[in-house]
Amino acid sequence: MLITAEDMSVTHGAAAVLRDVNFQIEKGEIVTVIGPNGSGKSTLIRALLGVLPPSSGRIRRAKGLRIGYVPQKLSIDASLPMTVRRFLSLPVRISDDVALQALTRTGVEGLADRQMVDLSGGQFQRVLLARALLSRPDILILDEPTQGLDHPGINAFYELIEQVRQEIGCAVLLVSHDLHVVMRASDRVICLNGHICCQGTPSVVRNAPEYQALFGVSDSSALAIYEHHHDHIHDENGCCHD
Amino acid sequence: MIDQFILRALLAGIGVAIASGPLGCFVVWRRMAYFGDATAHAAVLGVAIAMILGMPLTFGTLIVALGMGLAVSAIAARGHGMDTTLGVLSHSALAVGLVAISFVQGVRVDVSTLLFGDILAVGASDLVIIYTGAALVLALLFWRWQYLLTSTLNPELATAAGISPRREQLLLTLALALTVAIAIKVVGALLISAMLLLPSASARSVSRTPEAMALIAVGVGILAMCGGLAGSYWLDTPTGPSIVATAAGLFVATLPLRKVFG
Repeated sequence: MLITAEDMSVTHGAAAVLRDVNFQIEKGEIVTVIGPNGSGKSTLIRALLGVLPPSSGRIRRAKGLRIGYVPQKLSIDASLPMTVRRFLSLPVRISDDVALQALTRTGVEGLADRQMVDLSGGQFQRVLLARALLSRPDILILDEPTQGLDHPGINAFYELIEQVRQEIGCAVLLVSHDLHVVMRASDRVICLNGHICCQGTPSVVRNAPEYQALFGVSDSSALAIYEHHHDHIHDENGCCHD
Repeated sequence: MIDQFILRALLAGIGVAIASGPLGCFVVWRRMAYFGDATAHAAVLGVAIAMILGMPLTFGTLIVALGMGLAVSAIAARGHGMDTTLGVLSHSALAVGLVAISFVQGVRVDVSTLLFGDILAVGASDLVIIYTGAALVLALLFWRWQYLLTSTLNPELATAAGISPRREQLLLTLALALTVAIAIKVVGALLISAMLLLPSASARSVSRTPEAMALIAVGVGILAMCGGLAGSYWLDTPTGPSIVATAAGLFVATLPLRKVFG
């Protein structure tokens, strides 16, 4: 087990963002977390990374766990000059050869001397991924990595993730809105809305009433709609749905 | 033959510029300008307390500046509505410090020296203090450079790599307090922030990497010190403000270069 969370709750101010979440991810597993806006997806990631302390419950990370993290948004202050090459050497300095290899692997060789702030959305994400892979991570954590990409860009990015995962053999924990594309690639999907509503293989989740209540999916071949159509009611036993 | 006091002033200025260049870059990158102000204003209170207790002035300045830095860090970590709180803290420290100094008996302190510095009165022992402080700041920044830069870029990214952004923030606070303590004699409490901001902001226009920006900031800082000293010598103007005015001039001069280096 790489990361385990037991009965974890996280509060933000007075409000509980996550309640009693039990989560674990194994070596090599691809897990996707989906949920509407404000459902606590990013909070879950931040808690698992150790950025946010849980208000109750506990988190265990395997000893010496190497995490490759691709944040949802990395806004580099305009006052900070940063070439792609320099960015790759944070926090561990790497040689030019290794840097070039990393950029080639994610298909952005030739960008080394560009300023980070001048990259397009797709290039930026690929550079972030290249950097995350440098530590030869046991687990790659990506928080909505395809925000702002167009559909071909999203597909290409997920193909790239699957490809590097096969090369490196790392586990992947992915937060996503891009349900349709993501679900195919995942071993396990977790449907989150303040707590874990349901989880399982993509097909199990797709047919789960909890998932359909959250996402209002009618046709599994169509692109999923991710508005929060009708929320469900919670009682002490968990969720119940209309 | 340069006069001894001019030479000492020049050395003092260079010592401060060496520390404030790279540290100022972090102040700019992390948008901590308010932080520099509050810490520098607290230094006035530090001087007052040191006089009342009969402590060495640099030590008192350092302790109170550090205390203010930690308080500001704690407030900034909570994140909301800090604008007012910071203003209250910063200006209260300045005002209370000035009032307290007027009560110190037997010592007549020139308040304008405190606020605008008195680089021409720098003695040999001041130089020792300035260079010791500058060396400590540089050593600290050099030692933590990669970690500081990573947590400046993105705290989550740093945490995922096993770095504690909070610890790095504390180290920066310490470096800032040290810099304030050595710079107060040179440019004064009101203009320390300017010497943190202006050289690094000028360097930004012509830099492609963080390291280049830090080095160029040192260069710009030294240039401003020399220019300000020379100007003040020939034109008989107050030295601290002349140095900052020169730095401001250099900043304006680098603005058109921004497009070239982008």
